[in-house]
Amino acid sequence: MSDTTDKLVGIVLVSHSADVATSVAELAKGLAGGGTTAPVGPAGGIPGGGLGTSAELISAAAASVDQGAGVAVLMDLGSAILTVKALLAEGDELPENTRLVDAPFVEGAVAAVVTASAGGDLAAVEAAATEAYSYRKE
Amino acid sequence: MLDADFFRRWMTATAASVDREAERLTALDSPIGDADHGSNLQRGFHAVAVTLEKEAPDTPGAVLVLAGRQLISTVGGASGPLYGTLLRRTGKELGDTAEVTEEQLTDALRAGVDAVMQLGGAAPGDKTMIDALVPAVDALSDSFAAGRAAAEEGAVATTPLQARKGRASYLGERSIGHQDPGATSSALLIAALEEASVE
Repeated sequence: MSDTTDKLVGIVLVSHSADVATSVAELAKGLAGGGTTAPVGPAGGIPGGGLGTSAELISAAAASVDQGAGVAVLMDLGSAILTVKALLAEGDELPENTRLVDAPFVEGAVAAVVTASAGGDLAAVEAAATEAYSYRKE
Repeated sequence: MLDADFFRRWMTATAASVDREAERLTALDSPIGDADHGSNLQRGFHAVAVTLEKEAPDTPGAVLVLAGRQLISTVGGASGPLYGTLLRRTGKELGDTAEVTEEQLTDALRAGVDAVMQLGGAAPGDKTMIDALVPAVDALSDSFAAGRAAAEEGAVATTPLQARKGRASYLGERSIGHQDPGATSSALLIAALEEASVE
């Protein structure tokens, strides 16, 4: 699962809330431990504040975390998911090799950032994040 | 034949009617949604109107693709990517010819509606914009007026339905008895087609 170059997969976290996106990014980076951490771009809320989804913030976050190894995008609810799908359908709005990752937001973000920081490629990052659906809590 | 000017009038008429009806859309969205449908669409279609004035695309397809792009960028809620996909896909289907027939527009809209169903995973009867758009597209082959009537009837007919998609679906049976805001705004979009054609 290790990439031969030192480029890391970037992670974009899309939430309706700027606070949620930023906090989950901090949580995931914190739990990824020491050493190099994969780039994480929070894209929360709408520009100027308020709850919602911003295509501009998502595009900007994706561009900022793209090192050339791919970008994994995780989302919370409703319009966040639809907006990412619509941007992917546009073709040129997100970096090449950007993937929508179907995963629980918090658990998936942690798994994705840990895996990406360890040098996992995009497929490994996606698999780790998606697998978070199977962690039962009871 | 319908040229780029017709499509600009369609978008401008939609923006004006969303503007007029914004409070009503938000009122419909407050018992079953998050009370922002009117203001979100108002922001989106205002941006569409401003951009079309500045950039003046010269084919029907280009007008719709640009409008759709603006909606995805500016709306901030689920209606942005949904309406954005509807218009972009419809515009792409129209290609880059300077004029299209009403029949071509109807066929392109049908492809747009299919793309929306695919994006949102909604089917007729789920109490969404699809419940206005599907009957509208079917009726548009007769006339814009028939499309308008079918869209309005479709929107009203969402009232007794239980929502199965989006935020309203969390309410379960409590979503019954409220007209769907997305179907209502879709009826405005279709009604604006008729307005654009009589100008």
